[in-house]
Amino acid sequence: MLNKLKKLHWLDWLVLAVVLGFFAYIWWKIEGTLNYNWRWHLIPNYIFRYHTGREEWFANVLMQGLITTIRISIYASILAVILGTILGIARCAKNLTVRMLARTYLEFLRNIPPVVVIFIFFFFLSQQLITALNIESWAREIARSDNKAVWEFFFGDMRRFPSLISGVIVLALFESAFVGEIVRAGIQSVDKGQREGARSIGMNRYQEMRYIVLPQAMTKVLPPMANQFITLIKDSAIISLISVQELTFKTVELVASTRLIFEAWITTAAFYFVICFGLSMLFRRLENRNR
Amino acid sequence: MSGDAAIITFDHVDKFYGDFHALKDISISVREGERMVVCGPSGSGKSTLIRCINGLEFHNSGVLTVDGVEVYEDSKEIYRLRQEVGMVFQQFNLFPHLTVLENLTIGPIKVRKVSPSEAEATARKYLERVRIPEQADKYPAALSGGQQQRVAIARSLCMESRIMLFDEPTSALDPEMINEVLDVMVELADTGMTMVVVTHEMGFARKVADTMVFMDGGEIVETAPPERFFTNPASARCRAFLDQILDH
Repeated sequence: MLNKLKKLHWLDWLVLAVVLGFFAYIWWKIEGTLNYNWRWHLIPNYIFRYHTGREEWFANVLMQGLITTIRISIYASILAVILGTILGIARCAKNLTVRMLARTYLEFLRNIPPVVVIFIFFFFLSQQLITALNIESWAREIARSDNKAVWEFFFGDMRRFPSLISGVIVLALFESAFVGEIVRAGIQSVDKGQREGARSIGMNRYQEMRYIVLPQAMTKVLPPMANQFITLIKDSAIISLISVQELTFKTVELVASTRLIFEAWITTAAFYFVICFGLSMLFRRLENRNR
Repeated sequence: MSGDAAIITFDHVDKFYGDFHALKDISISVREGERMVVCGPSGSGKSTLIRCINGLEFHNSGVLTVDGVEVYEDSKEIYRLRQEVGMVFQQFNLFPHLTVLENLTIGPIKVRKVSPSEAEATARKYLERVRIPEQADKYPAALSGGQQQRVAIARSLCMESRIMLFDEPTSALDPEMINEVLDVMVELADTGMTMVVVTHEMGFARKVADTMVFMDGGEIVETAPPERFFTNPASARCRAFLDQILDH
């Protein structure tokens, strides 16, 4: 660390000073002009709170939101990888119709703002799906039943299950396009000779894909896939717009009811940062080890 | 099928890549058990010829029959046919994510639906035959080029193919590894396997070939038994080619 500091040029110090000065100015503006009343001491209570009646700690709004964000991110990633793999294979299909459909889907997602996409998916797809499958009443049934512990471990409050599921579906559909592009790139990076080798021992197109091309493609795309997972966690903030009770949504609620504008948003930003940066470091380490 | 029956027949076959006329009116046949060696300058169409036999490329006109089955694009028989026709590539094309043993067994298990234990026994038998039984559990990347090519030959043998195609099997190898691969191929020829070999290894050709074929510019210029082919070729083009590659 000290060695690195010694390498800094005086210009570097100048840049650092300007950056610090900028933040100091913002700070001074908030302190002096806005006359903002910092109440940081309230924040821990909104993460974990002691329930005096039941005499136990419980996760309060921010932590609830964080847990929901994590759940949604995990389920949406799994779904997005499945859909994305299908999409990626479809993009390389021999059949023109299949290829065009996949391409159309991708181009729609690429050229429409995420927020708009999320609303469209929500109203046109996941809402219909939830109504059609009668998920609402099914979830309420479980919420009322006695052995709901397992369900709640995986999905949280079952009364919110429909909202959680639409969040997962919407997010997965949105991310699947990008996962699909990653998978396509992976498939195309597999040497042509591999396909010929597979064909020469009599494999059909399915076997060639399943046993020879996909395993190699998937190993190659693991690093970009991991990055996409981190992107998905960040993107999950958008689904607060369709009232999924994840971290961003909870923060909006908290700010509305307590006016802890800066404290709450800084805390939420820190949550996202710790998770995403932590994962990014973890993936980097795993990648280096595999090399 | 008797020993004299044709197992591969090209009947006025043409092949185009866009405007490029890669195979021009090819008519030739290979008998069962015959060893045919195809040579010619690069770009003469010899690889295309051999790749048409197992449908890695498809010809545009004429009729190509292999093992009683007509080869054409979208043929339902093509996958079954490829099981009967093994192929060894210049670049080996082993599956890098599988061990040597898995490379040899995946075809029999997934395609021929042979039981895993039986497939493994067969695989070990052929690894013995290509003289690398001790490499079974390694990954292809850990093997030398010569060893990889021998694994590739064993992979085709494991499918119990009746025809073997070799597309310049030694061209990507370091000189000191060429012979270990050729030795295996000579042994294979001695078993009576039908073989079509594209190669520049004229020593090998002289030793095993029943028929020599010289191609140039997408045409078959000369077809002759090796003794006549090497001593007294009919065409000037073939003579010039042989002079070039045999001279040093």
